[in-house]
Amino acid sequence: MSSERRIRVLVAKPGLDSHDRGAKVIARAFRDAGMEVIYTGLRQTPEQVVETALQEDVDVIALSILSGAHLALFPRIMELLKQRGLNDVLVFAGGIIPKEDVPHLKEIGIAEVFGPGTRTETLVKFIQENMRKGK
Amino acid sequence: MTKIEEFIDGVLKGDRRSIAKTITLIENNLPEAQKALSLLYPHTGGAHIIGVTGPTGSGKSTLIHRLVAELRKRGKKVGVVAVDPTSPFSGGAFLGDRVRMQELSTDEGVFIRSMATRNTPGGVARATKDAVKVLDASGKEVVIVEAVGAGQSEVEIMKIAQTIVVVLAPGLGDDIQAIKAGLMEIGDIFVVNKADRENVNKAVVDIEAMLDMNPEKEKWRSPVVTTTAIAGEGIIELLDKIDEHRKYLEAGAIEIRRRERIETELVEVIKEKVAESIVEDLKRKGQLDEVVRKILSRETDPYSAADMLLAKRLKGFKTR
Repeated sequence: MSSERRIRVLVAKPGLDSHDRGAKVIARAFRDAGMEVIYTGLRQTPEQVVETALQEDVDVIALSILSGAHLALFPRIMELLKQRGLNDVLVFAGGIIPKEDVPHLKEIGIAEVFGPGTRTETLVKFIQENMRKGK
Repeated sequence: MTKIEEFIDGVLKGDRRSIAKTITLIENNLPEAQKALSLLYPHTGGAHIIGVTGPTGSGKSTLIHRLVAELRKRGKKVGVVAVDPTSPFSGGAFLGDRVRMQELSTDEGVFIRSMATRNTPGGVARATKDAVKVLDASGKEVVIVEAVGAGQSEVEIMKIAQTIVVVLAPGLGDDIQAIKAGLMEIGDIFVVNKADRENVNKAVVDIEAMLDMNPEKEKWRSPVVTTTAIAGEGIIELLDKIDEHRKYLEAGAIEIRRRERIETELVEVIKEKVAESIVEDLKRKGQLDEVVRKILSRETDPYSAADMLLAKRLKGFKTR
């Protein structure tokens, strides 16, 4: 009856990005690394992201954003996660996020921010190491 | 209250976090999984469980989205379990069915869970059946299971669902005639989706012809419905047929099917437990390698080896 436990990752695109090429590339990379990846498509509201994370009981949320709306959307997401009791979820972000915004994002609970050109292996390792540590 | 009792209490109240955590517990077969299932079992049986299967690309997810939206208009609480295949190489999975159901996420009356098959054959995950039970116990009146229609035996969905909807689409590359007989036999309702395409009528006629050829096992003649899910057409007709089937089941057929399903499930659980306990015992005593070595060198064969092992462990056990 043994069912191997798998790391469940939500790849989310909050806001109004018009394409998701990057998000799909990393989603596939996570799948190839043995993770179960839930991808919900473009134009997610913070409420949709958090509700999905809750129902799918994910271990990780990877937020992908290109539109520059991260300072508006991410705090809302972190607040909702806290409200719904999702305190054990590893949250990190990637896309187009200026370096000067990173410290603030880390303050609100985003574990790491990865820029464009980050290798998928780096992301996979990041997740695996954090899962091992028990977050 | 223990943590499990808290989760179960939450499930019965419809608390989403409890539902999610309980499904995870069961999917990963954690130690309290069985206790959770035992506690939930008396509260199951209220939901109408609909299995949706069919070849990839026929529009199952979009169709389910429309069905759920319509059910919600009728005030029903709905659960959805969307199953996608696990990669046999990496063990991972891309679970993308929610893409077609985006705005349902924030509807309090809908719970959607994506599951990977984790290499259970047959288009559903081993834990799918149990995830359905959790949703059932949480008060969902309808639970829809979206199975992978990837071309293997679709029998697994029959063990879980009461009403099976087979979704096809014209011009998917294979003629309706080429659709495997198995799929034709398990459908309680057939849907030809993407009905805005050419060859819809031919598809319907072909399906009816194949149904004519099947021996009539029950009094229910599977209807064929056409839909264009993306435009929301045909959905009400489909729901009406689903409802008709539910009434048909409640008039008597449901008992027979339920009995068969329960017997099958019981046998499977027994098999799993016996196999697991014996293999674990072998491993613990360090005997597994020895038996494997004997089979490798052809001193014995898997069947005789199994007989010998079982005879020792199950007193009075006789094999065929």
